[in-house]
Amino acid sequence: MKHLVLIGACLLMIYPLVWMVVSSLRPEGEVFRQSGLLLTDPQPENYARGWDALRYPFGHYLLNSLAVVAFSIIGNLVSCSMAAYAFARQNFRGRRLLFAIMLVSIMLPLHVVIVPQYVLFSSLGWVNTLLPLVLPKFLATDAFFVFLMVQFIRGIPRELDEAARIDGAGHVVIFTRIILPLLVPALATTTIFTFIWTWNDFLTPLIYLTSPEAYTVPVALRSFVDAQGETSWAALFSMSVVSLLPVFIAFLVGQRLLVKGIATTGLK
Amino acid sequence: MSVDAELRQLRAGRGGRSSTDRSAYGFLAPWIIGLVVITAGPIIASLVLSFTDYNLLQDPSWIGLDNFRQMLSDERLHHSLRVTVTYVVLGVPLQLGLALAIAVLLNRGMRGLALYRSVLYLPSLLGGSVAVAILWRQIFGTEGMINRALSYVGIDGIGWISDPRTALYSIIALHVWTFGAPMVIFLAGLRQIPTTYYEAASVDGAGRWHSFRHITLPLLTPIIFFNVVLQIISAFQAFTQAFIISGGTGGPSDSTLFYTLYLYEKGFGQLDMGYAAALAWLLLVIIAVFTAINFYVAKFWVFYDN
Repeated sequence: MKHLVLIGACLLMIYPLVWMVVSSLRPEGEVFRQSGLLLTDPQPENYARGWDALRYPFGHYLLNSLAVVAFSIIGNLVSCSMAAYAFARQNFRGRRLLFAIMLVSIMLPLHVVIVPQYVLFSSLGWVNTLLPLVLPKFLATDAFFVFLMVQFIRGIPRELDEAARIDGAGHVVIFTRIILPLLVPALATTTIFTFIWTWNDFLTPLIYLTSPEAYTVPVALRSFVDAQGETSWAALFSMSVVSLLPVFIAFLVGQRLLVKGIATTGLK
Repeated sequence: MSVDAELRQLRAGRGGRSSTDRSAYGFLAPWIIGLVVITAGPIIASLVLSFTDYNLLQDPSWIGLDNFRQMLSDERLHHSLRVTVTYVVLGVPLQLGLALAIAVLLNRGMRGLALYRSVLYLPSLLGGSVAVAILWRQIFGTEGMINRALSYVGIDGIGWISDPRTALYSIIALHVWTFGAPMVIFLAGLRQIPTTYYEAASVDGAGRWHSFRHITLPLLTPIIFFNVVLQIISAFQAFTQAFIISGGTGGPSDSTLFYTLYLYEKGFGQLDMGYAAALAWLLLVIIAVFTAINFYVAKFWVFYDN
């Protein structure tokens, strides 16, 4: 009985996604006529049509997104692990205050800073570059990950640090040789969350990327909707499926990390 | 430890400091620069800009409280607040309620738990994407999947997204669809409740409802609270779905004009940066007030074991 309810719920949850994949293969104009999943005459050429429907081939936008994601991951890994090490393992003046600020900044709405940030970055001539999307990641602005790593470092036995210190190691050596290797699970979680969140991010690229050459995938999809309206659902769906594919793969590869990551930061 | 637990501990003032470690500031340098340049600086700049008239092309000119006065009589702003609060007040409890119900249903040791959890979690990873918003636009469209399905049973559906009475609820449905992330947090919380509690209760003759009501629910309240706080904060900032589903307008008839959409339109559509900064600050204050109320009310219903 319980399994029936759960299987029903799962099917209901997944149905729209499966339907989108099927619809992306339907002949154009038939998308509207079908709410089922039966596919008699698959049209893989929808994908070719969607791929070339915009100013640049869709691969161009995929590469832009990939670049943003790659730099964001590197930035988050480096800057957040450094900050987390200081918070978890070092004593310094103002630590409690700064730690509290870091915690509060997790909850800060992006919209409060977006106008002055835009003024700043546009005055530097960074509109239509990747810098406004990527630079903040090198400055540990995703405080959520700092917090995640602080939690993790606290679980690493201090005896390891002490032993290294007795051998004359300084903080840089302890951080790079002892903490970082043990931090790998948290780094992996950070990587996968950064990947998915940055890949899906829409507001920031919408504001900073105004020329089609610089578009990331979400902004390109949005321009697809604007350009084609409701006339070519199948081609639009095909590129939507392409845009979700990397997230889906990330989910398959890293679901254990994803589940663990949100569970540990969400618990007391 | 969750964020709110950390904050409580900091306020309690536990943990001392022995000596200052200068190298710590080296490790913290990127974060501190980010705090000043990307976060705190812009917050203050936002506040200053909110007292100005600024369109990016000319220098800002000081206009005192004019922006805030304008807000008082700005009908679209008031409307967008109503839309957003409706979204938050309906979307958050529905999403969290469903997440909790399914998590309890998926109790420990159940066969297939990992598979169910994965399948139900997936939508919350995809739900924020433009692609899923496009999908939603089709599903709830006049000739969309839902109406097509309804027509098989002889019902003529309405255009869920083109009708101002239902457009917002289509977006709330999308929010509820992403219940997987809080569900995973609840599942992890449920696993931390010692089985001995339930065994003791069943020895005393407690039924399943009693066990849930008097063991599960009280022990889960800190996690429910944490989810409520974070979900309310993020729901106030919902943007992508409403933007894509309404084609960037917040329509039809402003029925999906989320606060953030209005802010975007003012700031980046009309380049009224001063007003947009004032709107941003109002949003910050609203979110802060909601969060403060949450923390205050928590005293009466959140149960802390320690």
